Amino acid sequence: MIRLRGLMRAACGGAVTLALLGVSARAQQPELPAAPKGAPQDSGALRVQVQGTLTDAQKNDVGLENKTKEVASELSQQMRTVVKEQLAAGKSEQEVKDYFISKYGEWILLQPQAHGFNLVVYALPIVLVLGGAGLIVLLVRRWTAVPATAGPGTDDVS
Amino acid sequence: MNWKRAMIAAFTAVPVIGLLAWGLTRDPNNIPSPLPGRQAPAFTLAVFAPGQGDLRRPIGDTVSLAALRGKVVVMNFWASWCLACRDEHEALSTVARQYTGQPVQFLGVLYNDVPDKGRAWIAEMGGQSYPSVDDPGARVAIDYGLYGVPETFFLDAAGRVAYKHTGPVSPGIVRLKVDSLMAAAALQAALDTGKVAPAVDTSLGKAR
Repeated sequence: MIRLRGLMRAACGGAVTLALLGVSARAQQPELPAAPKGAPQDSGALRVQVQGTLTDAQKNDVGLENKTKEVASELSQQMRTVVKEQLAAGKSEQEVKDYFISKYGEWILLQPQAHGFNLVVYALPIVLVLGGAGLIVLLVRRWTAVPATAGPGTDDVS
Repeated sequence: MNWKRAMIAAFTAVPVIGLLAWGLTRDPNNIPSPLPGRQAPAFTLAVFAPGQGDLRRPIGDTVSLAALRGKVVVMNFWASWCLACRDEHEALSTVARQYTGQPVQFLGVLYNDVPDKGRAWIAEMGGQSYPSVDDPGARVAIDYGLYGVPETFFLDAAGRVAYKHTGPVSPGIVRLKVDSLMAAAALQAALDTGKVAPAVDTSLGKAR
């Protein structure tokens, strides 16, 4: 009976934890709009974040892959033009990225580059998932452990 | 057992609280620019608003950064639709007039706007002492990593970005930056000509 109750508690706890992890993972992976038709294929992976500081009404977060009609900031459209021109001029995707980083800093990238302190962003979710899994295992073992004072009849004495 | 739980809670909570406290000390609007200390991006732009008096430049005249070498340059990005630009306009115009005849070039750069509207705005504001140039397609703005307007860049006499100011700039900051850059340029010129012997390590001044 104790074992069954412990298993039920563990299952409920695990389900809640997994649901929370799922929500968390979904929150960390924002849904980006699809690339507009006809966009150059080689610009597909390049996403530049533009936070217009023109006025409060113009503040927004957009990706380069946003549909042009949905982009409120004129600057983001001009950046798109610069990206297209540089790609057409033969620059590689990394060179275009480097150009924007040299002007705006890494902040301009929608997705931080995986080096240095930025690695925390990539490593922390994994650490949290593994830690959570470890915690679940620990709690399940504790909740399902047979108490030492289970009484006579157990095969402890032999 | 309880003290163990308290320790675990403390070890978990302290970093989170520390991170939040550190975040509160930072201005989220202040995004550091990688440009200060680097060579300023080159530009050649056409004048659309001439300025006044001795600072006047004819409309259509081109202004290039290369031609301004040896001068401290104050580049102010602005637009007629920018409310905050109204706050700094008079101060910039007044300070620019005060530096007439000195190796300083004040330059307005119109950002995402139409020159006609820019001229109308200048007239509405009572004039602008220094010339303004148009930046079609915001190419120079992007080259300078502009987030919005107003933003003001202070370039030293060697053509490097010395300081970037985001938001309306006060006359005190303009004078402070211009004076310090002019003093640094004068010292460097004196050192280069051998009129002044370096008594201290000047590598810091050169690095800027």
